[in-house]
Amino acid sequence: MRLLRSVLLRLATTAVTLLGVAVIVFFVIRVVPGNPVAMMLPPGATEEDVARLSALYGLDKSIPEQFLIWAGGVLQGDFGTSITARQPVLALVLGRLPATLELSVMALVIAVALGGVAALTGTRLRGTRVEGGIDVANGMALSVPDFLWGLVLILLFGVLVPVFHISGRVTPSLDLPFTTNFYLFESVLRLRFDLWADIVSHMFMPALALAIPLAAIIGQLLKQSLKETMHLDYVTLSRTKGYGENHVILREALPNAILPTLTLVGVQFTFLIGGTVIIERLFSYEGLGNMAIEAVINRDLPLIQGIVILFAVIFTAVNLAVDLLYALLNPRLRHA
Amino acid sequence: MLDGRAMVRRRAGWRLWLSAGWLGVLVLAALLAPWIAPKDPLAQDLFLGRLPPFWVAGAEPGYYLGTDSLGRDVLSRILYGARLALIVAVVAGTVTCLLGATLGLMAGFLRGWADVVISRFIDIWMAFPPVLFSILLIAVIGPGLGSIILAIVVIDWTRFARVVRAEAMAQGAMDYVASARVAGRGRIGTMLREILPNVLPTVVVLLTLEMGIAVIVEAILSFVNLSISTDDPTWGGMIAEGRTSIHQAWWVLVFPLITLFLTVLAFSQLGEGLKDRYDPVLR
Repeated sequence: MRLLRSVLLRLATTAVTLLGVAVIVFFVIRVVPGNPVAMMLPPGATEEDVARLSALYGLDKSIPEQFLIWAGGVLQGDFGTSITARQPVLALVLGRLPATLELSVMALVIAVALGGVAALTGTRLRGTRVEGGIDVANGMALSVPDFLWGLVLILLFGVLVPVFHISGRVTPSLDLPFTTNFYLFESVLRLRFDLWADIVSHMFMPALALAIPLAAIIGQLLKQSLKETMHLDYVTLSRTKGYGENHVILREALPNAILPTLTLVGVQFTFLIGGTVIIERLFSYEGLGNMAIEAVINRDLPLIQGIVILFAVIFTAVNLAVDLLYALLNPRLRHA
Repeated sequence: MLDGRAMVRRRAGWRLWLSAGWLGVLVLAALLAPWIAPKDPLAQDLFLGRLPPFWVAGAEPGYYLGTDSLGRDVLSRILYGARLALIVAVVAGTVTCLLGATLGLMAGFLRGWADVVISRFIDIWMAFPPVLFSILLIAVIGPGLGSIILAIVVIDWTRFARVVRAEAMAQGAMDYVASARVAGRGRIGTMLREILPNVLPTVVVLLTLEMGIAVIVEAILSFVNLSISTDDPTWGGMIAEGRTSIHQAWWVLVFPLITLFLTVLAFSQLGEGLKDRYDPVLR
């Protein structure tokens, strides 16, 4: 009962947050100098033309009025029409969403794998030079943000040793038989592993750039938790029972040490998704972030609004999911 | 086995000095740029475009790190770029720190309405993708040095506010605060005289980290071509140009990238080093 109430409370504050985001974006982008409509028309257009087109996009009304009209539309699933693409914003945004989701999830998987291996290796070989090396590498990875790692990766594996693609989502000349925009997922379902390999070799570097800082955070925190758990009595007990070191770390210490890391991964995952904006730009990857930057440059107000709201929805949804997952996994909270 | 704590301290000291050393070199480079830069950073010469650095065949004397596609000297542009990077780091970092720490202190110690409003704003801010938010702001207020600083302040104040709020809350519950109140200090007086000195080490560490972040944000904005003007030498602008000509002239990307990398690393290691040494909270 109390759990239900706290969930409802969380949903209410989430709604307030999303409304706040919508209001702020809406008003901020309408202070933009430069009439977006004037940019759409050919140079010879008269003022009448500008006024007519402004009325068509509702830009002749006052800002609060525009907001109410827009918010009313959103509640019915209508996010307006993109000024540059002249298509519904929702369709455009949902068309790009799969690319960004696939990239983010791949980055998350890489980060968990790298960070997990670093923490486990560091714990297994504690007190040796290897542990020191892992700590230094973690510190470096943590200090430098994804944008710079992306550039370093482009230099190393795109130019110096060109093993991966450094731009785009898929080789343009390939014939794609896909019905959805989840290319990576669908290529597996259709057993087209030639296409799958091409997509992965495009995605790997941007995903790795996004993953490196998160991997370092996971590695550091998990190693710290493992270190604390390894000193607990029950771990010593299992050791006296005669279990080997690998068993003690993986089967006894890890399940108890993993909970703080799990919560942190959730919060950090939203930062990772935020990072896709510039990483997609850097790797010319056709996802939401790249579309967002184009939209800002073109002053495509409805599209900017739609994308920012979508990002905010994703962020708050991830946070909500993490909280719920945490409540489910942590027995102390479950019975509270 | 070595004493772990001594090892950490020694490594921290080493880290601290190395980072401070690099930042010192950078400050000197920025101050002395007009005297030590071998060329005019804005001078274009299309006949001297994409010259390689001095040790590669085909280099011209005087252009030590080569030239970009417009024939501008890469070394001189990096030196002048240090000016902008450091101005942004110091000014944006400090202003962000002042705003964020003040709001965090108010929310965490005064509580009540201040806390409700400030916390709600922090929640809303956390739901924005920060890079997109900064690009949006620059598009709205127009490019320029002031705009970059403003964008960084508007976006990053929550970094300070969140930590300081939590810390002020924890400190506020302690006995020494209650005894200060009993001794007759007012609420504002307690906040400034008792709480503030205790959260200051945390704030200084965050400030150092924020300076590194500010340098990156400036580079990202230059990269998206929204920073200053396209002519002015900025590291991010150079990197953006280098990215497009990466197969023809790797040096246009590599040298500014190394500089930026080391600078960001130095700020962050300085912050981490200070944290290990002085800050009981973040440690």
